[in-house]
Amino acid sequence: MAAAATSSSSSSSRSPPAQQRPDNTAFTQQRLPAWQPLLSAGTVLPLFFCLGVAFVALGLGLHFSSATIRELELDYTGLGDSRCARCANLSLLADGSTCACELPFSLAEAFPAPVCLYYQLSNYYQNNRRYSVSRDDQQLSGLSWALRDPVEECKPYRYNATGVPIAPCGSVANSLFNDTFELYYVFSNGTKVKVPLDKRGISWWTDTNIKFRNPEPVDGILALAFNGTAKPPNWKVPVYKLGQGNNTGFVNEDFIVWMRTAALPTFRKLYSRIRLGNFSTGLPRGNYSLNITYNYPVLSFHGTKKVIFSTLSWMGGKNPFLGITFLVFGSLCIVTGFVMLAAHIKYQHLNEAD
Amino acid sequence: MWRWIRQQLGFDPPHQSDTRTIYIANRFPQHGHYVPQKFADNRIISSKYTVWNFVPKNLFEQFRRIANFYFLIIFLVQLMIDTPTSPVTSGLPLFFVITVTAIKQGYIDWLRHKSDNEVNGAPVYVVRSGGLVKTRSKNIRVGDIVRVAKDETFPADLVLLSSDRANGSCHVTTASLDGETNLKTHIAVSQTAVLQSVANLDKLDAVIECQQPEADLYRFVGRITINQQIEEIVRPLGPENLLLRGSRLKNTKEIFGVAVYTGMETKMALNYKSKSQKRSAVEKSMNSFLIIYLIILLFEAILSTILKYAWQSEEKWDEPWYNQKTERERNSSKILRFISDFLAFMVLYNFIIPISLYVTVEMQKFLGSFFIGWDLDLYHEETTQKAQVNTSDLNEELGQVEYVFTDKTGTLTENEMQFQQCSINGVKYHEINGKLVPEGLIEDIPDGIRPGLAPEEELFLKAVSLCHTVQINNDQADGLCDNPWHTNSIASQLEYYASSPDEKALVEAACRIGVVFTGTDGQSMEIKSRGRPERYKLLHVLEFDPCRRRMSVIVESPSGNKLLFTKGAESAILPYSTRGEIEKTRVHVDEFALKGLRTLCVAYRKFTAQEYKEVAQCLYKAKTALQQREERLAEAFNFIERDLELLGATGVEDKLQDKVQETIEALRLAGINVWVLTGDKHETAVSVSLSCGHFHRTMNILELVQHKSDSTCAEQLRQLARRIKDDHVIQHGLVVDGTSLSLALRQHEKLFMEVCRNCSAVLCCRMAPLQKAKIVRLIKTSPEKPITLAIGDGANDVSMIQEAHVGIGIMGKEGRQAVRNSDYAIARFKFLSKLLFAHGHLYYIRIATLVQYFFYKNVCFITPQFLYQFYCLFSQQTLYDSVYLTLYNICFTSLPVLMYSLLEQHVHPHVLQSKPALYRDISKNAHLGFKPFLYWTFLGFVHAFVFFYGSYLLMGEDTSLLGNGQMFGKWTFGTLVFTVMVITVTMKMALETHFWTWINHFVTWGSIAFYFVFSLFYGGIIWPFLHTQNMYFVFVQLLSSGSAWFAIIIIVVACLFLDVVKKVLYRHLQPTCTEKAQLTETGTGLSCLDSVCCVSDGETACASLRRMLERVMGRCSPARVNRSWSASEPFYTTDRSILTLSTMDSVTC
Repeated sequence: MAAAATSSSSSSSRSPPAQQRPDNTAFTQQRLPAWQPLLSAGTVLPLFFCLGVAFVALGLGLHFSSATIRELELDYTGLGDSRCARCANLSLLADGSTCACELPFSLAEAFPAPVCLYYQLSNYYQNNRRYSVSRDDQQLSGLSWALRDPVEECKPYRYNATGVPIAPCGSVANSLFNDTFELYYVFSNGTKVKVPLDKRGISWWTDTNIKFRNPEPVDGILALAFNGTAKPPNWKVPVYKLGQGNNTGFVNEDFIVWMRTAALPTFRKLYSRIRLGNFSTGLPRGNYSLNITYNYPVLSFHGTKKVIFSTLSWMGGKNPFLGITFLVFGSLCIVTGFVMLAAHIKYQHLNEAD
Repeated sequence: MWRWIRQQLGFDPPHQSDTRTIYIANRFPQHGHYVPQKFADNRIISSKYTVWNFVPKNLFEQFRRIANFYFLIIFLVQLMIDTPTSPVTSGLPLFFVITVTAIKQGYIDWLRHKSDNEVNGAPVYVVRSGGLVKTRSKNIRVGDIVRVAKDETFPADLVLLSSDRANGSCHVTTASLDGETNLKTHIAVSQTAVLQSVANLDKLDAVIECQQPEADLYRFVGRITINQQIEEIVRPLGPENLLLRGSRLKNTKEIFGVAVYTGMETKMALNYKSKSQKRSAVEKSMNSFLIIYLIILLFEAILSTILKYAWQSEEKWDEPWYNQKTERERNSSKILRFISDFLAFMVLYNFIIPISLYVTVEMQKFLGSFFIGWDLDLYHEETTQKAQVNTSDLNEELGQVEYVFTDKTGTLTENEMQFQQCSINGVKYHEINGKLVPEGLIEDIPDGIRPGLAPEEELFLKAVSLCHTVQINNDQADGLCDNPWHTNSIASQLEYYASSPDEKALVEAACRIGVVFTGTDGQSMEIKSRGRPERYKLLHVLEFDPCRRRMSVIVESPSGNKLLFTKGAESAILPYSTRGEIEKTRVHVDEFALKGLRTLCVAYRKFTAQEYKEVAQCLYKAKTALQQREERLAEAFNFIERDLELLGATGVEDKLQDKVQETIEALRLAGINVWVLTGDKHETAVSVSLSCGHFHRTMNILELVQHKSDSTCAEQLRQLARRIKDDHVIQHGLVVDGTSLSLALRQHEKLFMEVCRNCSAVLCCRMAPLQKAKIVRLIKTSPEKPITLAIGDGANDVSMIQEAHVGIGIMGKEGRQAVRNSDYAIARFKFLSKLLFAHGHLYYIRIATLVQYFFYKNVCFITPQFLYQFYCLFSQQTLYDSVYLTLYNICFTSLPVLMYSLLEQHVHPHVLQSKPALYRDISKNAHLGFKPFLYWTFLGFVHAFVFFYGSYLLMGEDTSLLGNGQMFGKWTFGTLVFTVMVITVTMKMALETHFWTWINHFVTWGSIAFYFVFSLFYGGIIWPFLHTQNMYFVFVQLLSSGSAWFAIIIIVVACLFLDVVKKVLYRHLQPTCTEKAQLTETGTGLSCLDSVCCVSDGETACASLRRMLERVMGRCSPARVNRSWSASEPFYTTDRSILTLSTMDSVTC
């Protein structure tokens, strides 16, 4: 192409070769002031040592901050003859009845507040493409026309059998996790005190307040806004009956948490926090009992269900990875630093020999 | 009718007769059934597109490129079937690439249109209906009579009808066609030359028959038939009657000519046909890399498809209760599903083929080539010529050269001839102070003793001053020559113009000595011998041609004798000479040649009246022949130029160019084989070779010359091969001449090649232009496929320049033909060293890294996507958001690598040039070989694994990474991987960068900053018209997690860690010469850290900090801030010492 360019300039009669002296500027002469770093042992050596020390220090910090976090996992899938086995074998989605099971456990040490209650599903592919695209964010943002005309991707949960649009449409919404948990503190005399679970603030603030919106209530009644829509087939109640108060409809936080699909087939979702009432300082040591309403079937795809109690630090939940990696890399840097030092000394000898 | 349509559509070319018939002023014969021939109009169209066809034509051309076509297919697949990414992800980058290319091509074409319009709209004067009509150039038709005034260019190829001079001659310069600045005389046929007014011309009734248009500028065959009253006069037309479009009228008030070739059929236009495209080695390896990546892509797609079906064989994975299929999905045919799955994976992974690679490479080459033209070191002050880049496609090839083929005259030498010696009648003469002094007589003889010239001396000088095609600039010649007192001093005032510098030197010498050529008027030549004017009638000029290697004139002396003067190469004269001191002259010629002088022999022949008649007839017949005129002319010339009496020989010195020796030495140190190919005599060539350092005194010089038969040649070759084998300590030089070469190549190519490869210097003399090209091709196609470079200045080097991988033209005195056909043009041979060692080396490093990096960054980009499929049931879930997929190559990672590829200087050009041995480090496409490619690809995969599994492990069993216990989702995971990737890939480029100007800083940190700013903006808005708002606040949430920050840091460091360690260890354990050079540069000067601190006044405050920083950061540019070398500063500081130094370097490496 450039060849063509110059041939054009030559065809355009440049008879007198009026060539001028090129500009003597730093740019045209390719001598812009420049910093020229060079990767040699001598130069990277200090860098490696500094980095190594810093990483080791950071790694120790991260490791300890992760180690202070307390975490308790309770599997309630109901395999074998565990407590929830009855429910697990019984539960079929359609029949509408509920099954409850109780899971006693004890804490050997206190969990300081805030304690988070998560549920964890495994072997559950929320990241399957067919599944994860099966939703309509416009519908969920409360647009009334989208409410009645869900997007193509929502199939097969776009319209129900009678042709009424489903709200919220799609596989993700339809498969909303519907087990519920109640936590009791068991005194040594056997009396139980209900631990209040704070269900607010479990979803991203921006999701609850901006991204998800209920349709404009008709005459102040939200249910009327959903007139002409059907509930997802797997749901027991329509969307406007989820939760209470202003935690209902599309902005129900449990629903929003579920709608943020997970990256990997084993995932946790925040169920609630324990920070209210008598338990505002956390969970004291002692015995507890978890009452589970068991609705959600997972055995058909070999999934498991767990409940996790976890305390928090500034870096989130228990995460040994960061601390260990920083420690490993820090020490690796220092070791390599010594190797470099050896190379550097040897090289200097060579240099002198030259 | 059908046929007419086909003709119009261009299927059937209209019947082409061998000649075209032109009726002057378009006066067609009234009688008879005359079918007018169709000619093109006079529009010059160099543009490719019009406004209407630009879009379709340009698109068509772009999609003929395999990469663009591939992306178009991907785009169409995305449109047609349900694929994981929206069509925008591949459509937008494709659109971007296509648009950038289209804009560039459109701009170039717009420039062409502009120049076309300028040319086509230029006002011209045409004789029509009895008057002079002003019209536009594009309206000229074949047959129109055109008037051209002084200093105007000719608007079409015209046959000269008349000029303002009585003899119908005019002078033109063809500088813009072939660069020859001398004045050329063109003459009109005498019958039309008298028609000097419009009125007269209007009455002219004549027909021109001539050949169909052809590109050869110097060939024209035709005849004109003039109807005067009832009589028909036929006159031959040759190139001397033809005025070419593009040349300029000089020294003549006005001329009239009839247009014979117009528009695109003019010789100028035919010569601007685009040359065959040369492709560089880098481009070839780029294409093979693409194919490898295509295979990887196919492999990944097939593997994914198969694994998908393996997983899906169980229903619990294929269709668990929470993820039901639609009826249509359940019922679709298995094969169709399989195919669409495969295509979907192809689409998902298609970014592994770097879409913007081609457009970036193109931009890099286009923009990067400006640096050559801008370089002051390649600028020649004396001639005010800067280097010229005719094609930017080969920049990096300059760094790969293994063989240099150079012409001698004008390339190694100045082509500035100085008359030195001559041999007259067997006596050798020197020129001393404008006097010819015979050998043996020393200058101490006072001037008075040799009163004049001996008759044989005078004859010799007359021959020299008559037998040539030198012109005198008329304006100055008038008046000066009439002064009889200044015969000697006149030489300095007379300005001669000649196309051949030898002729000019000879005529000037004769002028100094006493026989002054004072002018020609086309029909006679005037000389002044010892102040006495003599007028010779010029009867015929037998032009020089490279086959005959001689030229002659036939003149009628004042006394009425018809004389033939011939001068030419000794091999072209001596065999035809029958009288004179042939043997003595031959000895002298050889002596001259040994001194490195260019020799010419001069001879003459006296015709008897009978002989002359015969000769004239013979010439006339040949000249008027319409068919095979060339052959017949050659025959006629051979018939005439025989039976000569030898007068003597001349020796002209051609000065060596500046720094030729150093340059050749440097080329050799760089591992480049230098071959000199010249048309000169064996002895001349050898002596020049010795003086320019091509041959050393210590070299054992082998000769393969003057073999007439196949068998002796073969025998000699075998003998040479044996000698080389016996003695491999000493360096060998080989001398071959043209005839032996053609014998050697005919049957013993292999043997010859072997001998050549073992010689450190090869000199080929007596080469015809095509033989030069043949040698180049021979080396080019030899098994090692070395990269060749040909450099020359004359028309005889054009074929070799076009044949070689890189052709370099020297802007010399022999016209611009070589420059026009070259890929690069420079003013002096010595500039070759900067062009190759500095520019070539840098361009190669830049483009090699660019190509490798492009593949690397796309592997990094797409492999996590592939890995993610293992965790999402091969459901073709994308890891990144569509917008990120789209912008990764366009915005986030494009600029740092482009700027790197324009500005990188891993070693200072000055060092590169002074240590030619560094050139060996990159020879044989070292940075784009299989190993480096594998390394980069491997690195890409490793980095991709680290990005993905680093993020994966961080998530662990999906623990919360936020301080408030909330959870991330799928898109945050993808964004984390993407963020790490953008930073790592940019930092990898930063690691490769050795030359950090503010531009590099700006684009590198700017790219990362832009990514952050863009992501914040993109995630900060609920985008209207989108069904999904996947990315809403994802990036902010990611950044609000402390763990994510630490993870980003550790993953980026982990990726680069290995690379840094590898680089450092290699530098210490196996340093390349280049790396050593980088280190030595550190030692030469540590003064300032300009880009970091202390530019102006921080001297003391920063000093300690600076010292520490220097230790940490390595070298910093020495005096670079304030340095401004002038062009005059020698870049070989002390020529020889540097050379010896670098020899040592090359040994120690």
